[in-house]
Amino acid sequence: MRKYILDLTVSGVERLSEKHVLIRLTDKKPLPEMVPGQFVQVRVDDSPSTFLRRPISINFVDREKNELWLMVAMIGDGTRRLGLLQAGDSLNCVLPLGNGFTLPVPSVAGDLQSPLLVGGGVGMAPMLFLGATLKHLGYEPTFLLGGRTKKDILELDLFRQYGRVCTTTEDGSEGEKGFVTNHSLLQQTHFDRIYTCGPTPMMKAVARYACEKNIDCEVSLENLMACGVGACLCCVEKTVEGNLCVCKEGPVFNVQRLLWA
Amino acid sequence: MARLNVNIGALSLKNPVMTASGTFGYGVEFQDFVPLDALGGIIVKGTTLKPREGNDYPRMAETASGMLNCVGLQNKGVDYFCEHIYPQIEDIDTNMIVNVSGSSPEDYAECAARIDALERIPAIELNISCPNVKDGGMAFGVTCAGAASVVKAVRKAYHKTLIVKLSPNVTDIAEIARAVEAEGADSVSLINTLMGMAVDIETRKKRLSIGTGGLSGPAVKPVALRMVHQVAKAVKIPVIGLGGICSATDAIEFLMVGATAIEIGTANFLDPAVTLKVRDGIDEWLDRHGCREVTEIIGCMLA
Repeated sequence: MRKYILDLTVSGVERLSEKHVLIRLTDKKPLPEMVPGQFVQVRVDDSPSTFLRRPISINFVDREKNELWLMVAMIGDGTRRLGLLQAGDSLNCVLPLGNGFTLPVPSVAGDLQSPLLVGGGVGMAPMLFLGATLKHLGYEPTFLLGGRTKKDILELDLFRQYGRVCTTTEDGSEGEKGFVTNHSLLQQTHFDRIYTCGPTPMMKAVARYACEKNIDCEVSLENLMACGVGACLCCVEKTVEGNLCVCKEGPVFNVQRLLWA
Repeated sequence: MARLNVNIGALSLKNPVMTASGTFGYGVEFQDFVPLDALGGIIVKGTTLKPREGNDYPRMAETASGMLNCVGLQNKGVDYFCEHIYPQIEDIDTNMIVNVSGSSPEDYAECAARIDALERIPAIELNISCPNVKDGGMAFGVTCAGAASVVKAVRKAYHKTLIVKLSPNVTDIAEIARAVEAEGADSVSLINTLMGMAVDIETRKKRLSIGTGGLSGPAVKPVALRMVHQVAKAVKIPVIGLGGICSATDAIEFLMVGATAIEIGTANFLDPAVTLKVRDGIDEWLDRHGCREVTEIIGCMLA
């Protein structure tokens, strides 16, 4: 898939919570081809304390409106500066980067596979694009979203448009109390494949569940990046094939490739 | 359009803009952003005799106007390069130069010899900032003797253009440059990264897995510029300048203080198309100032 450097225009910025914003971007030309799991390297202008681009996963693509959505967790100077963007501002992006989630291949028998999408915190972001894509392909995705408290469960109405949504919060203010891996759904329903993105301990717990049940599982990693295109070798993750770049051979990895077992 | 051609020994460059080792992969990673044949040269990742896994993650820390890296020369080794990578890059229409690292003069020489056999590789760049495992891990390039020993061994084994990349973590870089010139280097490139460190006060840990790393980016430019100027005055062989170059203005600064060509590294991470902008910017500047050839400004501030 071709990569581009584009000056995208901010069509809108929405505050999703104290810590999260949704930035919707558009362009005069049709946005490039991109798939769920990929990310964008965003240049942060007017930010004297930062230097490198920030990698942000693709939350959603609206082809009709020609919009690219980025959900940003404001955790440092760079991301906080992105939170100050306004409609009409320009944002320079290198995209689309990384590999994507492996989409299921329709089986010969024609039976639809049942995918589970587990998102934690800002890791929910790529799950929306993935879920919408799966739905569009004829699958029925189930979303399992987890956070510390009710305020951390984001875009709930949007997720509900694409599938069944189950939620967990550590304080019990929304959905079932506990971690995503505590949700009763996991004991009741069988899934054919699992995709997950969120804090590493969460993904490891999901991966353990998947391995126990012999379910194919893909995770999305987030390592510190410099170039974002697989040239500098800073963002590597140890795998069964040696050190691989999260920005190029990832960020999506089948859990069997990682050394998590 | 001014003439941008320059020569580094027997190496002929269509323009002075090259890319630094470790920042541009094998070129193909950037071909969506830059037509590779627009560059004067591409210096590919550090290659060692045996494969190296490199250092543990984290290998990177952002710093003010720059970054630290401790990648640790991860590469699949020279044989893999010759068999699998070379066939994919040999037809790129620019100078494909291989950066060579090693842990002993013998390693360097053997690695260089295998690359010597590759018809479409016209030059190598020797990374002498590697630790000498037999000398307590001190980098070859921090002493004249260490630097000379590597270049001497490689010069016997390698018959094409030999560029030696100098470490700035020394007391007198001009002295090191003279030592490698005496052993037959065709050119020197400088600077490699400056040794630095970053820490996190909340975790009370170092940010890099091995503690220290190499600083690159705009933060190092003043040091690099000073050293290029010093070395250009000290040696007769052509000097290649690098260190924080982000713009045509930066590049011209290096050319004026004595660099015949330049390399762009970290800037590629901020703008994958920066090399093209720098090349075009040098051309425009020359036109605006009535210069017909880039060679008119090379070393014009050498005194």
